[in-house]
Amino acid sequence: MSSASNHTWNRFTLAQRLARFTVFLGFAVALSASLRTVEVIPEFLYDAPTQVIDLLGRMWPLDLSYYPGGIHDAMVETLHIATLGTLLAIVLAVPVGIMGANNIVRLPLLNWLAKLILVSSRSVNSLVWALLFVAIFGPGPLAGTVCIGFRSVGFVGKLFAEALEEVNPGPVEALTAAGAPWPSVFLKGYWPQVVPAFWAIFLFRWDINVRESAVIGLVGAGGVGMVLDTALNLFYWDRVSVILLSIFTVVVLAELLVTKIRKHII
Amino acid sequence: MSAAVSQKYGPPFKTNWWVRAGWTLAFLYALYAANYLDVSWVRFIQGLGNGGQFLSEMVPIDFSRWKLLVENLIETIEIAIIASAFGVFFSLPIGLLAARNLMPSWVTWVFRTFIALCRSFHPVIFAILFVKAVGFGPLAGILTLIFASIGFIGKLFAEAIEEISLKPIEALRASGAPFISVILYGVLPQVLNRFIGFSSYQFDANLRNSTMVGIVGAGGIGGTLFAAFQRFDYDFLATILISIIALVMVSEFISVQIKKVFQ
Amino acid sequence: MASTRSIRVENLVKEYTAGKPVLNDISFTVSGKASVAIIGPSGTGKSTLIRCVNKLIPPTAGNVYVSDENITELSGKALRQARRKIGMVFQEFNLVERLSVMENVLSGRLGYVSPWRAWLRKYPQQDIDRAFELLESIGLIDFFRQRADSLSGGQRQRVGIARAIMQEPHVLLADEPTSSLDPKTSVEIMELLVALSEERGIPLIINIHDVELAKRFTSRVIGLSKGGIVYDGSPSALTNEHLKEIYGGEDWLQ
Ligand SMILES: Nc1ncnc2c1ncn2[C@@H]1O[C@H](COP(=O)(O)OP(=O)(O)OP(=O)(O)O)[C@@H](O)[C@H]1O
Ligand SMILES: [Mg+2]
Repeated sequence: MSSASNHTWNRFTLAQRLARFTVFLGFAVALSASLRTVEVIPEFLYDAPTQVIDLLGRMWPLDLSYYPGGIHDAMVETLHIATLGTLLAIVLAVPVGIMGANNIVRLPLLNWLAKLILVSSRSVNSLVWALLFVAIFGPGPLAGTVCIGFRSVGFVGKLFAEALEEVNPGPVEALTAAGAPWPSVFLKGYWPQVVPAFWAIFLFRWDINVRESAVIGLVGAGGVGMVLDTALNLFYWDRVSVILLSIFTVVVLAELLVTKIRKHII
Repeated sequence: MSAAVSQKYGPPFKTNWWVRAGWTLAFLYALYAANYLDVSWVRFIQGLGNGGQFLSEMVPIDFSRWKLLVENLIETIEIAIIASAFGVFFSLPIGLLAARNLMPSWVTWVFRTFIALCRSFHPVIFAILFVKAVGFGPLAGILTLIFASIGFIGKLFAEAIEEISLKPIEALRASGAPFISVILYGVLPQVLNRFIGFSSYQFDANLRNSTMVGIVGAGGIGGTLFAAFQRFDYDFLATILISIIALVMVSEFISVQIKKVFQ
Repeated sequence: MASTRSIRVENLVKEYTAGKPVLNDISFTVSGKASVAIIGPSGTGKSTLIRCVNKLIPPTAGNVYVSDENITELSGKALRQARRKIGMVFQEFNLVERLSVMENVLSGRLGYVSPWRAWLRKYPQQDIDRAFELLESIGLIDFFRQRADSLSGGQRQRVGIARAIMQEPHVLLADEPTSSLDPKTSVEIMELLVALSEERGIPLIINIHDVELAKRFTSRVIGLSKGGIVYDGSPSALTNEHLKEIYGGEDWLQ
């Protein structure tokens, strides 16, 4: 009975506590160093509420009449960029995804190359991709579409490769054993098993791309972002607010649509 | 005999007309949209020519302005760290208050709307507005990414809480534990791992986005990147892009290590 | 302590939908070293009754006294403090799976310890000592560092019981504590509950479906049917006639 009373009790073992402590300490040091060296002028922060209220005041009476003539066409363009760009991403992702799946292509170098393409597609932001393609193709929706395609290929390719790696090997082995050439092994063995995942990935990314294609116009890659850029440069705040409202509406509608379709499919 | 059996069941594989129609439609749509957007093969080929030019101007990459580069990278990292710290800090209570299985509906309604607002706009739009509100510089970037973090972590965290088992909570309530202790013992242990996962993912996302907010003047390496574009300074541009990719990869590696500690 | 520990239920009524009482005018008293089994068909309101005692479910009418304190009229902090006197054991154990056995046992003290100290795991040493003693006496001392989800069902239920005892309750409520366990483990759990109740003079109320177990381990049986008490007496006096009245039909009695 009393032997138990001599126990002390701690939640973690010593090693666990040390590891956690190190991580927390690292965080604390990084955060305090950042807070001390970052060039922030606190006065601006105190001033922010007044500035925001001022901004909202200038946005307020929405210039709704601007929508039909000024925004609508750009919005349609935005949706086309998003959709076509997502399709492009899928077209690009199929070869890259296959190249990256180590149960199909058994060359580590190619696997690695595919992974590199996928990673850089994801780690470079869509606005940066947009800048690149505007430099290459000139301003306009072509640059936007290619930008969305390149930006999405990493995401789509990664999920696609994961779906391929989860494929049940049974049918594939049966086909390979029957001596089928590899294109038909792919079409009959892999493809039917990944089609549902494929559509789900398409929808998921399209939803994101609607948001992205609404802003890449800020650097000249077409769509409603270009209209927003003009309005901002000319300080037409009542137009800015209508543009923001229409982006918001389209984004919400796209999300609702995707949710609905997904429920229908799955 | 066997033909009769086959007839009874119809063809063994159903031709899926819906799927075929879907593919055809997608193809037709692509043609239509390409035409609408004036995306043509000719322009594409032309562009590829420019692209080759572009790439050739990128090499050899230019490391002579490494000091500026390092300064900018540090500011980018600082923006990401501060924004992630505050974003995570605010997401915890906001996610809790948005969880419909713990809070009355009028409370969750308010916080869910707030989270939805944070999510619906692309961070760059927030960045533009914050630049107008607090001026050029990292503060606007930090505020932007705080809101983006709340939108992301807050939503996922609330969803994670809505999936927890309520049984331990019933037991703790029955023992007379105060509300905060119920949260600490009944709710957090069930969701903490996922929360740490979301947070470290968001830190990576903030790092990536903090390279972007600079394009509209909200601090970090984005501003220099944008300037390099405008000055056709493509060899320096290549250096910046490579260092951004390296930075993101390093941070992904670190967050994998950190996740291991909290297993 | 001045008076013996007791629980008194007076004219308890519970309606989930108005006009359709699940519990109708329930009254009984249990005090001291008594163990009471509540039996009755599924859906008759046994779980509801037990949750009305600590007001996890607010009763529609009537009163519940735990050691002469009226629980029904309490709310907020006072209710929380009163709940510390009511230990509860659950069918599915209701442990925090991801916490260790020790943390689960100590969580019985959450009503006494401030959230801040609870968060830091800075429990008073006497609580920790008591937790170790309890774990020793229920045979789980070797497991105190393990996570609750690594234990077997019987072990988890022991942890659940230890957590309730940590509250130093004036009454112990158990809602079908053996329904998720095999027959042998069920007997062990019943033995443990009854032993703890007798050793510490805590009145024990057990909802149970297994009539044989109830007769073997408890000193009194209350039969519920259609929201009312139809039997209240000693286990030995419980006849097949009574069971017919409680559960209805008779084919199953073969
Ligand atoms: N939250 C609730 N809202 C509405 N009705 C409820 C609720 N909880 C329980 N009921 C109803 O109250 C009645 C009694 O339920 P209770 O769970 O107390 O029965 P029980 O005797 O414990 O049954 P079992 O032996 O199966 O555990 C049931 O008819 C049930 O449908
Ligand atoms: Mg029940």
